[in-house]
Amino acid sequence: MLEKNPVIFIILAFVVIMVGTTITMIAPFKWINGAGDRIAEVKPYTPLQQEGRDIYMREGCNNCHSQTVRTLASDVERYGNGGGYSKSGEFVYDRPHLWGSRRTGPDLARIGLKYPDPKGGWHRKHMENPQAVVPASNMPAYKFLNKPLDTTYSERKMKLLKFPYTQADLDELNGKTEMDAIIAYMRKLGTDIPVKKAEAASVAPVAQKNPFSDLKSVKEDAEALYKQHCASCHGEKRTGGVGTALKGSAKSDTELFSLIAKGVEANGMPAFSGSLDEQKIWKLVTYIKLGKQDD
Amino acid sequence: MNAPTRYFDDSVKGFITWSIIWGTVSVLVGILISLQLAWPQLNVAPYLTYGRLRPIHTNAGIFGWGIGSFIGMFFYITQRLTKTPLWSPGLARVTLWLFNIGITSAAVTLAMGINRTKEYAELEWPLAVVVAIIWVLFSVNVFMTILKRKEEQMYISLWYIMAALVGVTVLYVVNNLGMPLHLFKSYPIFAGTNDANVQWWYGHNAVAMVLTAPPLALFYYFLPKVTGNPIYSHRMGIIAFWSLIFMYLWTGAHHLLWTPLPDWIQTLAMAFSVMLIAPSWGAVFNGYLTMDGKWEQMKTNYLVKFLICGITFYGLQTLQGPMQSIRTFSAFIHYTDWVPGHVHMGTLGWVSMILFAAIYYVITKMSDTEIYSVKLADIHFWLILVGQLIYSFTMWIAGVQQGSMLLATNPDGSLHYSFMETMIAILPYYKIRAISGFIYLAGLAVFIYNIYKTFQKGAASQPAKA
Repeated sequence: MLEKNPVIFIILAFVVIMVGTTITMIAPFKWINGAGDRIAEVKPYTPLQQEGRDIYMREGCNNCHSQTVRTLASDVERYGNGGGYSKSGEFVYDRPHLWGSRRTGPDLARIGLKYPDPKGGWHRKHMENPQAVVPASNMPAYKFLNKPLDTTYSERKMKLLKFPYTQADLDELNGKTEMDAIIAYMRKLGTDIPVKKAEAASVAPVAQKNPFSDLKSVKEDAEALYKQHCASCHGEKRTGGVGTALKGSAKSDTELFSLIAKGVEANGMPAFSGSLDEQKIWKLVTYIKLGKQDD
Repeated sequence: MNAPTRYFDDSVKGFITWSIIWGTVSVLVGILISLQLAWPQLNVAPYLTYGRLRPIHTNAGIFGWGIGSFIGMFFYITQRLTKTPLWSPGLARVTLWLFNIGITSAAVTLAMGINRTKEYAELEWPLAVVVAIIWVLFSVNVFMTILKRKEEQMYISLWYIMAALVGVTVLYVVNNLGMPLHLFKSYPIFAGTNDANVQWWYGHNAVAMVLTAPPLALFYYFLPKVTGNPIYSHRMGIIAFWSLIFMYLWTGAHHLLWTPLPDWIQTLAMAFSVMLIAPSWGAVFNGYLTMDGKWEQMKTNYLVKFLICGITFYGLQTLQGPMQSIRTFSAFIHYTDWVPGHVHMGTLGWVSMILFAAIYYVITKMSDTEIYSVKLADIHFWLILVGQLIYSFTMWIAGVQQGSMLLATNPDGSLHYSFMETMIAILPYYKIRAISGFIYLAGLAVFIYNIYKTFQKGAASQPAKA
């Protein structure tokens, strides 16, 4: 009979399709984003952050950057920035979700924890010319975001998304550029949840003394590491940039080790204990301390 | 045949022609973005940046080439299988106009940065409405033709077609539900993890309802036509059909393994993905066994080559897919280039191979002539096969290499490689991938030339008959 009655066939096909749909797509509405998922500290976006998020969407950043730290050790280590893996409750204000499907670039779920600089210096420089900051990067330049932000719909967006806002929040938009907005969004990402601060013990060097006193043997290695991780902010020649000048630093080895490992949140210096092992940090310390006479 | 049924094929021709044009756009944009990944200076801000172009590549491929040619093909085979003329040729013409207006507007708005970011559902709400209207108009036309049919039995191809009509409608409408802010911007009604779950329920079943059921409908129709052998087992086809459309809908969450989505949904998705091997291979075996005793046609009949290679890639695709759906393997290759390698085996190998065979067949039938050059069709076959294989293999290697570098840790638990080290390692593969795109494009050019010449040949022979 099925082979002869298209109306019954099509109804039956619909029912068959709806079984899996109901169980795995509709039923979960009952739990996801419910009370069990909520995290009190997670706040909705401000008008400026939401504008930044909309620019992120407009430029299709999601085509290369994901926004979920998976529950894998290497994901947490690489992208967690001290905030751990992503939790469902962190996304309850995200319409749409921007989890992405391909990491041509790094995950950004906790990028706000990585570059805490209140002025967003790293982001600005990087967006304008990624290769000036990360020489081998294949990210397009977004210099054109240096133009006035269109705020026509900013308030209506807040109302539509049911996000709380104040007049001060709206006033904050005055004179802002699209670049300011997307940086505000970057700086918010992943910062709401309580962060486990790196414990002093975990970043203290195991070897209390720099094992690379013989400079010549590590210079090449160390220089490569420096170019990769430090040059973008501190300059190719260690003479400073977004970050301070480092050449021939007068700080002690252990002091420098600790700065690299823990970062300096107030200045926007990221912590490298997650991405560099102890050996590499010592090599960097050695390289940084090289003075003019060593070149 | 005293009174042969008069079929309406104008719109078939129209849809096929336009789908080839949009398919070419997709390949050209694909090549451009593959070059941009290797040489970022090729991004021309703001309209021609990778982030804005990639959705044009995927939308032109899926909606322009895939859905466009499926609509044309379904108009063609539905008429033949029902022995009934198309219900409304006028409606079909309107559908074609809307289709081209829709795809053109899609390309323009995506370049302008007007997009919802949800993969394969990027188009903003006014265009999503147009897409839904196109699909409903087309569905009504096909379904009414089936209702008024003169052939009582409905061949298995019609089953796949009808499933696609219902499936695509449900998926597309639900994933596009939104709250409009203004004409060019809306926000989804779903948020966060819910939105992700709805998105991949849609995303993966778009694969089922657009890139599996329709090419299977064509395969079941054209393989017997081309070989002269009836399909090996109708019963196996029926069992495979119902289990396929039942199981697929459970599997979307295999795109979200290790994410905050509840574990039980991930586990169900994983289990059903593995189970899907059975119905998928049901179709593959049905194809292979249909060839029984006629395997020499792989040498003698250029269309068989396309069809059998196509179904073989379908078989490989439906083994590789379930493998990727397993948590441990997903941890390794998800978010890497392995996945584009997988996707392009499906789209370039499976779907496009079947479509090329179908287009060659239909164009020669409608033009009432032979193909302009079998030799060129052979060259076309080898160029697209080699192009696709180089693409997929380089991306699989790149994916495994980057995946293993990203997971590598030192004895103290810290990461062994920085992200940039992993990216630099795969750059050579990006360059090889771009070359594979040019090889594929060359194959496509040969195909277009051959089709154009066949049209010409057909047109030249028509007046003589009249």
